[in-house]
Amino acid sequence: MSLENILSNAQRGQRELGAEKKVGWDEVTQGVVINAFEYDATNVSRELSEDRKYSDFSSYTATVASWRIIKPIYNRDICIDCQNCWVWCPDTSIISRDKQMLGIDYDHCKGCGVCVEVCPTNPKSLLMFAETADGEECLAGWPVKEKKAKETETE
Amino acid sequence: MAITSVKNLKEFSTANERFEGAHLLCPGCAHSMIVRELMNCSDDNLVIAANTGCLEVSTAVYPYTAWDTSWIHIGFENAATAASGAEAMYKARKRKGTLKNPDAPVKFVAFGGDGSTYDIGFQWLNGAVERGHDFTYICLDNEVYANTGGQRSSSTPIGSSSTTAPAGRVSYGEKQNKKDMMSIMAASGAKYVAQVSPNKWKNMAQVFQKSLATEGPCYINAISACCTEWKFDPKDTIHISDLATDSLVFPLYEIVDGHELNINYRPKNIIPVRDYLGSQGRFKHLFKPQFEHVLNEWQTRVDAQWDYLQRREAARV
Ligand SMILES: Cc1ncc(C[n+]2csc(CCOP(=O)(O)OP(=O)(O)O)c2C)c(N)n1
Ligand code: SF4
Ligand code: SF4
Ligand code: SF4
Ligand SMILES: [Mg+2]
Repeated sequence: MSLENILSNAQRGQRELGAEKKVGWDEVTQGVVINAFEYDATNVSRELSEDRKYSDFSSYTATVASWRIIKPIYNRDICIDCQNCWVWCPDTSIISRDKQMLGIDYDHCKGCGVCVEVCPTNPKSLLMFAETADGEECLAGWPVKEKKAKETETE
Repeated sequence: MAITSVKNLKEFSTANERFEGAHLLCPGCAHSMIVRELMNCSDDNLVIAANTGCLEVSTAVYPYTAWDTSWIHIGFENAATAASGAEAMYKARKRKGTLKNPDAPVKFVAFGGDGSTYDIGFQWLNGAVERGHDFTYICLDNEVYANTGGQRSSSTPIGSSSTTAPAGRVSYGEKQNKKDMMSIMAASGAKYVAQVSPNKWKNMAQVFQKSLATEGPCYINAISACCTEWKFDPKDTIHISDLATDSLVFPLYEIVDGHELNINYRPKNIIPVRDYLGSQGRFKHLFKPQFEHVLNEWQTRVDAQWDYLQRREAARV
């Protein structure tokens, strides 16, 4: 509709409100589609993220990496694949496949540090470092096992 | 109903994620731990409605959605209404044979914060439960109106400092005790009622699966530690949740068919309530000498509730 038409009232007042043909509740124009009623929408729970076609509207295609000032670094050598970090990461940022922890999704990790706190190994298999830290250097300087007070040299 | 195995964490970790990252909840927010687990422990078609609150505004920021399932954005008080309306429509279409895929089971879930659940959406939730819709309502209980800056709700516990019930020289903050939604919902006709906490991930997953499998209305009160309003370091969300369940400030229990009460978690070492309170900035004023009595009353209240729950469990009534 042109601006001219919008400004004039020539096209208005012609359809009387309520004069439309009466339709049943299940014939009204669809305003909303509940996908679960129209398709089997469970395909997502059968597909891995890497096999899915995400639309541009999925937040999966966006990043919150700029929120981070500290980041977790993962040390595979010590990890026992307990999956504590996976179940408690609030940002779906621990990547596990076939019961193995693989690493961190740095597009979605916000650097909260929860994964480090819940990691049970000694030393921890995840530690927080400055966002700018070099991953290789962090791994090279990884702390060694903290000895319990009772442990002796010979152990 | 399709079920993801939650027998142990390794098996559970093979679930394919349905709650995506790059939502805008605070770092360390327990809301997303709870929601993510709900979506990962079921393989069903889920139709989810969310009341306005941190969860809704942070997971649907134009043009993005974090939900890999049917999701309904609704007003502050209407998640139960939307979920029950969708459920009624589903049943009608099933009866008429107009569903495109009648064999794929659909489950209905509504999420609300404590503000919308205990206060502003209470009537709508209560109505949906009374009408007996087949759905699960999950309250993300962070004991405060977090999204609008920390106003008290009827879930805010005694002694907590909030923006509308602040602690000061004379006042110790919140004066009213937390509303007992578990009893209210059980008495309202919910088939299954349970209190869960994300630190006990297995109990939480089992409760979610049980409620999705239960026909009729279910109510779950999920404790959602909020680092921003409770004032603790985001990395400590699970630690704070541990203190909550192990001090019995948040006992984990369920009520089946309105009467059968089962305790789902018994801490091996029960810790003092003051350890839980001392871990959060919202209670720090309680440790001043003039408010010492509030701490003592807290412990007495928690002991009495634990005693009551154990007696009710034993009585099997
Ligand atoms: C009818 C109505 N009243 C008030 C608001 C403003 N409002 C939006 S979110 C919110 C607080 C939500 O608190 P809660 O339900 O506890 O959820 P939380 O943010 O803590 O998760 C309020 C008051 C609104 N959107 N609609
Ligand atoms: S720091 Fe937080 S967001 Fe990042 S991977 Fe660990 S738990 Fe997830
Ligand atoms: S919590 Fe630690 S040990 Fe467990 S899977 Fe994660 S990194 Fe590995
Ligand atoms: S204010 Fe609290 S509930 Fe809201 S997003 Fe932040 S941590 Fe989560
Ligand atoms: Mg709240």
